[in-house]
Amino acid sequence: MLELKNVSFSADGKEILKNINLVIEDNKFVVMTGPNGSGKSTLAKIIAGLQKPDSGQILLDGQDITHWGITKRANSGISFAFQQPVRFKGVTVKDLITLASGKKMNTIAVCQYLSEVGLCAKDYIDREINGSLSGGELKRIEIATVMARRTKLTVFDEPEAGIDLWSFKNLIDVFEKMHQEVKGSILIISHQERILDIADQVVVISGGQVSQVGTKEKVLPGLFGVDLGCKYFKGV
Amino acid sequence: MLSDIIKNLLSEVAGIQNIPTSGAFNIRNNGKSAGSSSTKNIQIIPKTDGSGIDIYIKPGTKNESVHIPALVTDTNMHDVVYNDFHIGEDAEVTIVAGCGIHNCGSGISQHDGIHRFFVGKNAIMKYIEKHIGEGDGEGQNIINPQTHIFAEENSYVEMDTVQLKGVDSTKRISSAKLATGATVVIKEKIMTHGSQYAETSFDVELDGEGSSAKLISRSVARDSSRQLFRSKLCGNNACYGHSECDAIIMDHGIVAAEPEIIANNVDATLIHEAAIGKIAGEQLTKLMTLGLTEKEAEAQIINGFLK
Repeated sequence: MLELKNVSFSADGKEILKNINLVIEDNKFVVMTGPNGSGKSTLAKIIAGLQKPDSGQILLDGQDITHWGITKRANSGISFAFQQPVRFKGVTVKDLITLASGKKMNTIAVCQYLSEVGLCAKDYIDREINGSLSGGELKRIEIATVMARRTKLTVFDEPEAGIDLWSFKNLIDVFEKMHQEVKGSILIISHQERILDIADQVVVISGGQVSQVGTKEKVLPGLFGVDLGCKYFKGV
Repeated sequence: MLSDIIKNLLSEVAGIQNIPTSGAFNIRNNGKSAGSSSTKNIQIIPKTDGSGIDIYIKPGTKNESVHIPALVTDTNMHDVVYNDFHIGEDAEVTIVAGCGIHNCGSGISQHDGIHRFFVGKNAIMKYIEKHIGEGDGEGQNIINPQTHIFAEENSYVEMDTVQLKGVDSTKRISSAKLATGATVVIKEKIMTHGSQYAETSFDVELDGEGSSAKLISRSVARDSSRQLFRSKLCGNNACYGHSECDAIIMDHGIVAAEPEIIANNVDATLIHEAAIGKIAGEQLTKLMTLGLTEKEAEAQIINGFLK
């Protein structure tokens, strides 16, 4: 179980997150949504250790991990899929998935992860993760990478960004399968209704605060009435 | 009977453990031949003035290879050799060269290998060159290779050159002249440590119509080492030339790139790309989210970059 207690974060004199309190229960599929700039990605980075909160506490299975670095958190069972995947000259798809799994992997095992994200394994396994791959391809490789880690908490930051419509259905299947097989918690930052639809719990972040938490049945109907904190916004 | 030092150098440079019992080869140690053998299709003939060897690959030879490693195991040794390779028309051959120095003394151990390749029409040549230095003496290891390629019509040349450790100073000079339809691909990988210095110079003349050249240099400069990359691509006909220099600098390493592209023909297409910088923070972060420490992530990125 992951627990955030009164987590706050500021950057360049601006308050990005204000006293966030949130619990991600074991084996739950949680989708975090909210307007652009509301602090969702920052919160995901704080969970993975990429950003340090100014105040507050982060607990993983009751253990205080607030001051743990990225590596220690990763080795304790937290995975993070970047919104904008990183490129590496010389590092191949197989290298990265093997590193992610933490063990020696044969080609067949690597291919399985690639196939699940809709990539033809033989075309990609030896490709370098460089500028020759499109944004959508990189995104799918990023998802395959975190799938290979099979950790108790996986955080995806807008996994649908850059994924074409044809692949989007597969993506939903990937998340559902991962949820069933790994038996871990999944936290996805997303704006997509179809991803929100498969959530056990929906968290709405607005203006750096948790504005709603609940089942999709409870949260989704009122979602579009969220006050975006903008005086020009009249609602829809 | 070869010593363990020589066996180790042979293994590192040419991937062979001992003097081969078959195939074409010429092993040079401290300026003298330590073994040589020709085959039906590959003749190795010492030059009459003793300055090196001529290697003749018969026209039409297919899928054969020749190993010509040079070793220096004495300190205060300056070995200079001139080797000429004559690749017959339509031949397909792999040439494994390179130099290994083991210097346990306080003097300089130096090898200057000057290689010329005359690649016949439609021939395909792969040239693999690896340079290493070792030894616990205070003396310097210096390797100054020269590679000059003359690629005839529709020939294809691929050169892989690697220097990853133990060479205190190197000046690597390469040139290529390409006839109609000829292709030359040169891939260079260099890593320097300590106070080492590496200088690379490519000079390519794309003379023939439809000729193409690709130069890819990847290098890492660590500690206080310095590197200089020079490339000059001259498009003298309707041709395509591309040079690419990627360098990672670490600690107090310094890398300079001086590219030059000259189009002497309106149909010449020439491109140069250069990128020099430290390892991107987001690359380290990504690998750390997979459970690697910062040091492990750094090593992984460097290994991949120079793979």
